[in-house]
Amino acid sequence: MLRSIPRRRIPGLLGSAIPKRSNTSTVSAPASSQPLKSILVANRGEIALRVNRTASKHGIRITTIYTDPDTDSQHALSSPFAMNLGPPSAYLDGDRIIKVARENGCDGIHPGYGFLSENSAFAKNCTEAGITFIGPPWQAIEAMGNKSRSKEIMIEAGVPCIPGYHGSDQDPTFLKAEAEKIGYPVLLKAVKGGGGKGMRIASTPEVFLDQLESAKLEARNSFGDDVMLVEKYITTPRHIEVQVFADKHGNCVALGERDCSIQRRHQKVIEESPAPHLEESVRQDLWGKARAAALAVGYEGAGTVEFIFDNETREFFFMEMNTRLQVEHPVTEMVTGEDLVHWQLIVAQGGKLPLTQDEIAERIRNRGWGIEARIYAENPKMDFIPDSGLLHHLKLPELSEDVRVDAGFVAGDTVSSHYDPMIAKLIVRAEDRTSAVQKLHAALENYEIAGMVTNIEFIKKICENSDFIAGDVETGFIEKHKAQLLAEESVPPEVFAQAAIGLLAQSGGISGISTAPVGFTESLQNRQFHFQISSPTGGKDIQTMAVDILQGNDGNYSATVGETVLENIKSTWNASTLMLTSFFEHTRLDTRLIFDGQERITIFSRGHQYNIQMANPKWIEKALGVKDLTHSVLAPMPCKVLRVHVQEGDKVTKDQALVVIESMKMETVIRSPQDGTIAKVVHKAGDLCKAGTALVEFEE
Amino acid sequence: MATSLLKGVATPCRMIAHCRRPIRVSIQRRSIAVHAYTHHATALSTIQSKIDPSSQQFRENTSAMDHLVSSLKEQHKRIVTGGPAKARDKHVARGKMLPRDRITALIDPGTPFLELSPLAGHELYPGEEVPAGGLITGIGKVNGVHCMIVANDSTVKGGSYYPITVKKHIRAQTIAQENRLPCIYLVDSGGANLPHQADVFPDKDHFGRIFFNQARMSSLGIPQIAVVMGPCTAGGAYVPAMCDESIIVENQGTIFLAGPPLVKAATGEEVSAEDLGGGRLHSSISGVTDYLAVDDAHALVLARRSIGNLNWPPQQGSTNKSIKEPLYSPEELGGIVGTNLRRPIPVHEVIARIVDGSEFAEFKQEYGTSLVTGFARIYGEQIGIVANNGILFSESALKGAHFIQLCCQRRIPLVFLQNISGFMVGADAEKGGIAKNGAKLVTAVACADVPKFTVVFGSSAGAGNYGMCGRAYSPRFLWMWPNAKIGVMGSEQLNAVMEAVGKAADPELKARIDRESEAVFSSARLWDDGVIPPQHTRQILGLALQASALGRLSSSSLSSSAEPATKFGIFRM
Repeated sequence: MLRSIPRRRIPGLLGSAIPKRSNTSTVSAPASSQPLKSILVANRGEIALRVNRTASKHGIRITTIYTDPDTDSQHALSSPFAMNLGPPSAYLDGDRIIKVARENGCDGIHPGYGFLSENSAFAKNCTEAGITFIGPPWQAIEAMGNKSRSKEIMIEAGVPCIPGYHGSDQDPTFLKAEAEKIGYPVLLKAVKGGGGKGMRIASTPEVFLDQLESAKLEARNSFGDDVMLVEKYITTPRHIEVQVFADKHGNCVALGERDCSIQRRHQKVIEESPAPHLEESVRQDLWGKARAAALAVGYEGAGTVEFIFDNETREFFFMEMNTRLQVEHPVTEMVTGEDLVHWQLIVAQGGKLPLTQDEIAERIRNRGWGIEARIYAENPKMDFIPDSGLLHHLKLPELSEDVRVDAGFVAGDTVSSHYDPMIAKLIVRAEDRTSAVQKLHAALENYEIAGMVTNIEFIKKICENSDFIAGDVETGFIEKHKAQLLAEESVPPEVFAQAAIGLLAQSGGISGISTAPVGFTESLQNRQFHFQISSPTGGKDIQTMAVDILQGNDGNYSATVGETVLENIKSTWNASTLMLTSFFEHTRLDTRLIFDGQERITIFSRGHQYNIQMANPKWIEKALGVKDLTHSVLAPMPCKVLRVHVQEGDKVTKDQALVVIESMKMETVIRSPQDGTIAKVVHKAGDLCKAGTALVEFEE
Repeated sequence: MATSLLKGVATPCRMIAHCRRPIRVSIQRRSIAVHAYTHHATALSTIQSKIDPSSQQFRENTSAMDHLVSSLKEQHKRIVTGGPAKARDKHVARGKMLPRDRITALIDPGTPFLELSPLAGHELYPGEEVPAGGLITGIGKVNGVHCMIVANDSTVKGGSYYPITVKKHIRAQTIAQENRLPCIYLVDSGGANLPHQADVFPDKDHFGRIFFNQARMSSLGIPQIAVVMGPCTAGGAYVPAMCDESIIVENQGTIFLAGPPLVKAATGEEVSAEDLGGGRLHSSISGVTDYLAVDDAHALVLARRSIGNLNWPPQQGSTNKSIKEPLYSPEELGGIVGTNLRRPIPVHEVIARIVDGSEFAEFKQEYGTSLVTGFARIYGEQIGIVANNGILFSESALKGAHFIQLCCQRRIPLVFLQNISGFMVGADAEKGGIAKNGAKLVTAVACADVPKFTVVFGSSAGAGNYGMCGRAYSPRFLWMWPNAKIGVMGSEQLNAVMEAVGKAADPELKARIDRESEAVFSSARLWDDGVIPPQHTRQILGLALQASALGRLSSSSLSSSAEPATKFGIFRM
């Protein structure tokens, strides 16, 4: 790394001061033949806003589309030209979108990622309708979309592929025989799949058939096709991908690689560039193979060639090529200082790539390290089950050129269960990896979200992990460090005291006379607050805490939290910032307390988030006739019941699968929190349930 | 100082001598309005302390006072613990809260309690410790309203009334009356302390005065609320019974004129305290109490809610102006009521789709259940709801009359949700005095001088129409839902009556009565102010309330009482 280069000479993100030079193999020809004046973004959320930002900057009008649940979403509001498509699934209605684009005079469609971005038929229809599809030619999408075919093309082009069977014979015994040939463990994967759907690992021949059936089922439910492939499974793999870009003039460059090994549920959580601990020769080889892969299918625009990297042997194999701009593209933007959406527009307009491979390599050497964390509405402690709801409170870390947030939501928005639970992406850049990790951690400490469970605390834990800091990443990282990453953070007594004082401060407050007790009998102010921290995995394992608060004649509080006595607490409550500042005898605490109006309190204190609940009083159940749900297994979120695995009277053991639900387009197995007997199956397959409804009741 | 001042004055004189235009100089010398700085003006009134805190006397005084204060602190520490440890342990073991904890839970968090006379009873009765006189009194803020709180301490001699207890109780009532403070009685007392009966019972300012005060304060519109958290025996039974609203804790509070032992001695009847005068009995059968709580904490939440429903001018800043829409969609009303009036309509479901946040503080939920009464808000405006949930019985009528009295006392507009086929008929009903009890409801409705609004969401028949504020009872507005029917009785019953009195049945009659009962028939004749879509009921009532409130507000600003206090006629008892 060339750290001797002065910082001011490092080009900034999207830096336009750098004179653009053509790729070595072509002559400069900046004038484009088909300039885009107006484009439609066939997507939602942060990526729609992201595309909008760049297009607007270059004077291109943006038309956005939205669906009924997205009427008030930020992307729909971001442009005066916002078209309603109606039902939640309409982002997939290609014909309708093309029609809307034509009616509104759009000459291009940007598909974003997901939805129709890798649908070759859609790309083809756009082209046929005379609308520029801002992406690769449909033939390239089609070639790369079929995993078996793409591998054949890669092998021909000299790109190493992982051994496996990608044929059409789907007979389970035949596939099992293929697995024997490849050698266990093997990976079963749906040919049409993606995002971890329809994917299973068979570690031994005994489980092969079960895993195959399960993968097929998920594949059928997710995309209506259960053709499977079998591949060698690498035990300590890393996910390393190369960002490539190609133009219509035969130029193709690699904009560096990204390591996306930190994954849960086979989906990425943290992405970084460059990949840590990668020999320069291997890096150059990766870039070269990625470009070869793109050129083999006549690629144009932004694409990502994914490789599986064997950390033991330092070998890498082609996995697939994503023919779109990816979620994690900002990492590359951070290390190259380029705007990739702008590059897409340039290519779509027939322009040439703004930088040569050498220039890119130079940039990457000078710009240090980029890391992105995906902020999800999900509960890491419940197997990353997605959450949804109202964003009661949202505070971003301080943004700068090196701390960037790409988000599709603002405070007050609803994260709908109809779509992906990603709330935002936090991207940072620093001169080296260690600083970048530290910066990410610091930014996360100042990132506050209340209203739903998020993975922010979880990502902070990753940033604190010594293996991660050392760059020892692999796709099994989260599984391997689960115990540390998911360790229960205990709530300090001061934080409990803050919650109780905050509740007092929030409900009271008279002007004029002090709120302090008067006279000789001051004991009347002693109040007890009951809090509870429900076990993240549900069930009866609830931790409770009683906090006694007494206000003295001097207006100061004393708090008794379990065994801890905290005296002389001087507190001030700021109702507009929801901040309680308390001077304890030993320290000062600035604590933000978000009350959701129900039982939940979200607390931000010294960069930590704590979630506690107000315990129900003893009388409430009896007074309201509230049904005792301690013997029931509840739906953790709004969902549809897919399968019920138990019947009334069944004896089940702890962690046995009871019900499979689907929410946020993801299947979740609801497991038994205890050993017991099923008293009642409340909902059958196909039922739609609200969060908190009982799915299965146990006998008492 | 003095000389320099003289010099200063002298100087301009010398200048005058040299000046050619002396007149100007004389203007300069004129004293004009010099601005007085605020702090100088304030200084005039500010007391200048001349105390020297380092003086010998100051220090001696401080030390003497500190000594006295700390001994008083010690004394109060003992007083606030209440009765002996054994009694307190027993009290707590029964699941009851100690009286000071009850008060803390009752008052608004973070607000002080102005306790009165905690030293009452101190060394007053030789050989007897009566901390705080066995009664805690003081002023605290409940739901933004300053209230007089009177709480028995049953850990002190069973909460029995010593002479000093009576005096303290009456003193608290006097303060409440003079300052118009709503009173909350947290009752947990065995009644008069019998050995001291001569100093407790007979005189003017003895036990009887407590109930006298309650009745007089209620007549003056000062709310009286009781929370029965223990026994209320004999005279004590009148504390909750004479309150405007009372709350009782199930399996804990009891109200009876004589307890089980005395009953057994008097009549030989053996009965448990709970069956004789427990919370469930009084809340569902006798109607002595209005709200049933499962424990102290629940009862205190109910008491806070009752204060919140007093429509008492709250301290500023405590009213929450944000309006909550109903939790359930008013669009569902059609599906709830249908058009078949033979089917009962669950009125709670209707209310839930009309009022703010679907929040309804139901009054006498377990008593006379065929009439539903309670407090709610529509677009932030407080209302009392009287709604039919079946045929009117004696109990329902009494409950309705009581509730209308509460609303009139508090100037809370009334909303009648009418779906009534009539009062109960039959021998039992007549023996029970349904006519006079129904008359009480009709009297209350007729005399109520608060804005009244009627919505007929089902039947409007017979005397039920009167008791539920039909057109003749001057509701400000009366609306019909499309399914509503109005007539002296249903067409079938009318036919049957005609036949019974020997008139030949007119074949056309039934069809004619049916037609005459239709909402459109009614509306065409202006028997109502319009037929309205059920889902618009909330908005329409909101607009009507605003219309009525504007008149009320403007009249009060002219300080003329356009809306007179309700005066009821004679209630036939």
